[in-house]
Amino acid sequence: MNMEVRNAQRPASQLDLSNGIPCTAQEPLLQIHDLRIEFRGKDETVVAVPGLSLDVMRGESYGLVGESGCGKSTTAMAILGYLGRTGAVTNGSIRFDGEELVGASPRQLRKVRGRRIAMVYQDPMSALNPVRTIGAQLAEVPRIHLGTGRAQALEMARAMLRDVRLPDAGDMLKRYPHQLSGGQQQRVVIAMALLARPSLLLLDEPTTGLDVTVEAAVLDLIAELRHRYQTSLLFISHNLGLIAESCDRLGIMYSGELVEEGATGEIFRRPRHPYTQGLIACIPDVDSDKHSRSLAAIPGHIPLPQERPQGCLFGPRCDGFVAGSCDRVDLKPDEVEPGHQVKCARWRDFSRREEAAVVVPDGDRDAGDAICLTNVTKLYGTSRGRSLKANEAVTFSVKEAEIVALVGESGCGKSTLARIVTGLDQATSGQIRLADRNIAELQARARPKKLLQSVQMIFQNPDSTLNPSHSAAFSIRRSLIKFGIRKGKAAVDRRVRELLEMVRLNPDLAERKPEQLSGGQKQRIAIARAFAADPSLIVADEPVSALDVSVQAAVVTLLLDIQRANKTTMLFISHDLALVRHVADKVVVMYLGKVMEQGTVAEIFGGAAHPYTQALLSSIRSTDPDRSKAAHIQLRGEMPSPVDVPRGCRFATRCHRKLGICEQEAPPLRRLSSSHEILCHIDPTAGQTVSDGATRSADITREPAND
Amino acid sequence: MALEGTAPLMNVAKRPARAKWRRIFRSKTALVGLFLVSFWVVLAVLAPILPLQSPTKPDVMAMANPFPSAAHWLGVDILGRDILARLIFGARTVLLVAPLSVAVAMTVGISMGMVAGYYGGQVDAVISRFSDIILAFPVLVLYVVLIANIGPSVINIVIATTIASAPGIGRITRGLVLGLKQQEYVAAARLRAESTLYIMLVELLPNCRGMLIVDGCLRIGYTIITIGILGFLGLGLPPPNPDWGGMVKESTTVLNVWPFMSVEPSIAIVSLVLGFNLLADGLREAWKP
Repeated sequence: MNMEVRNAQRPASQLDLSNGIPCTAQEPLLQIHDLRIEFRGKDETVVAVPGLSLDVMRGESYGLVGESGCGKSTTAMAILGYLGRTGAVTNGSIRFDGEELVGASPRQLRKVRGRRIAMVYQDPMSALNPVRTIGAQLAEVPRIHLGTGRAQALEMARAMLRDVRLPDAGDMLKRYPHQLSGGQQQRVVIAMALLARPSLLLLDEPTTGLDVTVEAAVLDLIAELRHRYQTSLLFISHNLGLIAESCDRLGIMYSGELVEEGATGEIFRRPRHPYTQGLIACIPDVDSDKHSRSLAAIPGHIPLPQERPQGCLFGPRCDGFVAGSCDRVDLKPDEVEPGHQVKCARWRDFSRREEAAVVVPDGDRDAGDAICLTNVTKLYGTSRGRSLKANEAVTFSVKEAEIVALVGESGCGKSTLARIVTGLDQATSGQIRLADRNIAELQARARPKKLLQSVQMIFQNPDSTLNPSHSAAFSIRRSLIKFGIRKGKAAVDRRVRELLEMVRLNPDLAERKPEQLSGGQKQRIAIARAFAADPSLIVADEPVSALDVSVQAAVVTLLLDIQRANKTTMLFISHDLALVRHVADKVVVMYLGKVMEQGTVAEIFGGAAHPYTQALLSSIRSTDPDRSKAAHIQLRGEMPSPVDVPRGCRFATRCHRKLGICEQEAPPLRRLSSSHEILCHIDPTAGQTVSDGATRSADITREPAND
Repeated sequence: MALEGTAPLMNVAKRPARAKWRRIFRSKTALVGLFLVSFWVVLAVLAPILPLQSPTKPDVMAMANPFPSAAHWLGVDILGRDILARLIFGARTVLLVAPLSVAVAMTVGISMGMVAGYYGGQVDAVISRFSDIILAFPVLVLYVVLIANIGPSVINIVIATTIASAPGIGRITRGLVLGLKQQEYVAAARLRAESTLYIMLVELLPNCRGMLIVDGCLRIGYTIITIGILGFLGLGLPPPNPDWGGMVKESTTVLNVWPFMSVEPSIAIVSLVLGFNLLADGLREAWKP
């Protein structure tokens, strides 16, 4: 009741209500004070969180942001009292709704966990029990926490599944987790968390690992449910841009402590701490491309708990570090204005960080085609004479020294295409012309050395790109020898050092084992390996998707620098459209094995014509809180199986602008300009009549007003 | 521009590959195993220079009272031969034959598993079905049939062990390779057009190392038991070579009167097998990812 009154008093716009002032008068729902968390190992004690204080108000959404290893998940676990046998809260307090959780008995904690504080984890597959039905797992929550009967619990579960917008809730109850897609599983986990009507919901990177379109839908759902159930949120993420829209207040965490805290709008408009400024500068946004802004990376990496510096923890990575003021032991958070705190000795001296204005010159538009794909099709035979169409009649070309991005949801065939181009797989039919040869059906083994050398690949997973049994430089060295780039041990070693320096790694890392390197460092080695062969074409398959945003920016900037210096052509595969805008010259959008739209970056991001591209673009989160929120187009349902490709247009089952003809006939290829083409029945140039009617009948869901 | 990785990473300097082996010393299980195994290895190696009595020459005088005495610490057997000497010389045989058999079996098994796992499809089907057929035989029956037919000798024990354990080793290797061949570093090697043999030996095999060494230790233990059983069944090494299994068997007729004659070699077998098993457990524990 209290809540409703307060909510009613809240102003309508998100920005005004998020300045934190109306909340100060109230007792916070969650009050963390001077929290210290330690992990005791056999030989040493690691202080994961030295002293953290933060408050989450009733009905508030608080975003906790920081790079991996900064202690944000540990904090969430400490709130629930799940630190395992080695972890312990050694100082400070966690008060929830007036009740102390540090040192609470298991009995007390049981009453709080799941009932009043619920958690949504990163990986939905491991949060659900694979051998029990969704219904059984959901019904368990009200039965245990609310003491309801079986039938009533199932009814509540059904209602909740409807609330999280899962289709056919009755049927869903009888299914097992593996029968659901990742996005559906995460919705089930959210439903489970909300069933006991908790007053605080902890979200630990709930959308990592989901496709962009699914991610957008889950974030919208969280925002909507939060208002419906009046739940406070503690939203944990490494991506500042992602949670900007969902949070009222933000806390920026660095190496176990808060370096800045304030209202979301305030933090974005006037970030005071150099680390916050760095985090904002490294997020690619859709409004600029590589010709107008380059991503600024934060150099170095987060200190390990054992090697925290004295005074400002960010000091060693900060440009503005001044000995004497930044390394004082008694550094305290300072109030910029009510509700906005920053822990930086010199915040008054920093205005907004100068953005690195390395403007990339426009490429040579008259360059010849480096690689040209024509009707590339890949079929995998499955049982009973059916076949899986991984790629169907894919046609596009890449000019020399140009970067073409392949985008689409997982399962759209972009990785298969990459494997065919590099020769890890072969096409069923079609042509790929590279240096006057058709390489479509030529596997790596059958390719001549010169050709092998000219096409190199950068892989996705930093943990599997290097052989854990060999040193970091092993495969670089092998590449140099195998392709005869350098002869003799001394020459090879010299080149390895040069390559490591080129990817800005200390050459002394060469002899380390991969397990001793960070994800970003491993990916740099992989880049060095690819360029070691002196290639003319690089295929990069999601090269940075497994990295933290701050590291991502550094690796992407590096990759672009090297690509430009060597005039290498690049096929850049990604599902991150904002990143693509920053990297690519040309974009190819794929859906279910077929190219839906292709065009230059300006054409795609300026005037996407295909409904699928429009949906993908609308799922990008804006990092700018002042920007008006565009309507999010939510795609219905799931991508159909590539074994049963729909008749007519393959996107018709999910299209928001579907016409009658779409399900019957395959769409025509429409050429909008010399570089821009789409595969769609709707003609974007022919009057507004058709598309207007289609738009009206479509379910474009406006983002629910944020409060 | 500053180079990444200039600052030393924690624990890094202290953790090169050799540390993997050093981790064994933290595990008490492994230490006990290592102690038992090295106890026998040291005795076996030093056997010729130790002041032992002859393991084959009977001491007729001692047969009147075969119990342990100052002259014969562990007593003498029914033919009056010194049991201590026979145990230590017997260890030489066991510690030579068991590891040798396992080494040969591992070579064959790893090759089978590598080929089956890497190529998959028909090749895998043929190798796996063939392995299944051998694995379907009761191991002991397989040994007895083989040795009874080709006669007891070191070479034949090695052959029998290989036939009996290679399919199991192959199965483990195949499972590991199935997972490893999907790794991106294998794709990177294929893009360099490395030969299949190179990929198997350099990219895949080193990553199977841990599991295979643990399995090898366990298998040495099992093989020692098997050699003991074969000796007991009279299929061991031909007399008068000291053979632990044979020693147990020879004295079963006098078990009621002189039980130590059977118990002592049994304890020897148990301690060595236990040693290898504990060592395997300890390694598994120490190398747990």
